[in-house]
Amino acid sequence: MLPHLHSAVNLARWLLRNRDYAEDVVQEAVLRAYRFFEQFRGGDARAWLLQIVRNCCYSWLEKNRPSELVIEFDEQLHQHPAPDPESLAARSDERQRLMLALESLPPRAREVLVLRELEECSYKEIAEISGIPIGTVMSTLSRARERLQQVLTRAAAKEAS
Amino acid sequence: MSCEFAHTTVHGYFDGELDAVRADEFQRHLKTCADCQLSLSQLNSLRTRLRQAGLQERASAKLEKRIHQELKLRTAGRTSWLPAARFWVPAFAVLVLAAFFFAWPRAGSERLTAELIDAHVRSLQPGHLTDVQSTDQHTVKPWFDGKLDFIPPVTDYSAQGFPLIGGRLDVVDSHNVAALVYGRRKHIINLFVWPARNHALAENSGSRDGYNWTVWQAGDMDYVLISDASHNDLRELRDLIRTINHEP
Repeated sequence: MLPHLHSAVNLARWLLRNRDYAEDVVQEAVLRAYRFFEQFRGGDARAWLLQIVRNCCYSWLEKNRPSELVIEFDEQLHQHPAPDPESLAARSDERQRLMLALESLPPRAREVLVLRELEECSYKEIAEISGIPIGTVMSTLSRARERLQQVLTRAAAKEAS
Repeated sequence: MSCEFAHTTVHGYFDGELDAVRADEFQRHLKTCADCQLSLSQLNSLRTRLRQAGLQERASAKLEKRIHQELKLRTAGRTSWLPAARFWVPAFAVLVLAAFFFAWPRAGSERLTAELIDAHVRSLQPGHLTDVQSTDQHTVKPWFDGKLDFIPPVTDYSAQGFPLIGGRLDVVDSHNVAALVYGRRKHIINLFVWPARNHALAENSGSRDGYNWTVWQAGDMDYVLISDASHNDLRELRDLIRTINHEP
């Protein structure tokens, strides 16, 4: 297996919310990485590849689902299509529930959560991959986690009622 | 409730990203702050849920195959005149790619630059600058005879403001190279020369630790100038060397 290919697919899948598209975009990203690897300045190879994957994903979203990107992280709460608590609650399956909850978040929140919780990236790596200043990784992550927690709590409340 | 810490701090603490002083402060605070304790345990259970739910996607074998095929196609297209390359170029490319992805501590050119700067600094130590000290190119050039498997171009540029000071042998990237020493007002400039190796050295220049360097390749030779003299000085000398050695 090419190094870091699993991580690349994982990030792309969560950004695009679709496995098949994710593999297409990762293929494109890896070929791009191959073409430009003389620009690789050493350091963290995984972060470098994931950065390219992430950029390819955003280009893909811009082209195919531009509406997903217009919602700014800060004003997401009321504007983003809220996850339907009923559909969340209806799923007894924990994996499905978490999946839907994650997918209901805006891409930028999803991105930091996937990088931190699933890929176990450090703040420095997250900053490098996402192109956000390292000083704001902590606050971005805290907002994303709070959002996810809210969605899950609402779903659980709905289920209980 | 009054918590003197920003509510994001608990995230930094949880992720192990606070510096030691702040982590220690927060840890002490945590003992008495029920809110932060609650946040911490929520963060922990959220992480456990996410990591245990099997959310990680993995690349399929099909994807890897597709990538290999694509790499093969792209390189084969460029080298169709050479059938053997259809296999070896992509195979080599994949190997190089893998090497880069795994653990390349520093890109090759950066390592080379660092090594050359070290060599430059070393040469400035008393007694290390030259093995043969002479302003006469006809003394310096023959001195290299038999010491290297190539003949470095040696020219004195006193008239242009870069007097030749001498030459010495140096080792760079475990190869013997010629080092020529030039003066520029009060500055010392080292010119390293060696026969170009397989990889094409991209022409570029830069600075590091206060030293300026400029690299180029001409007529089968790699050239590197390193000095604390200005980039303008280095460029001027580079152009002189180029003109004299490689243009009719």
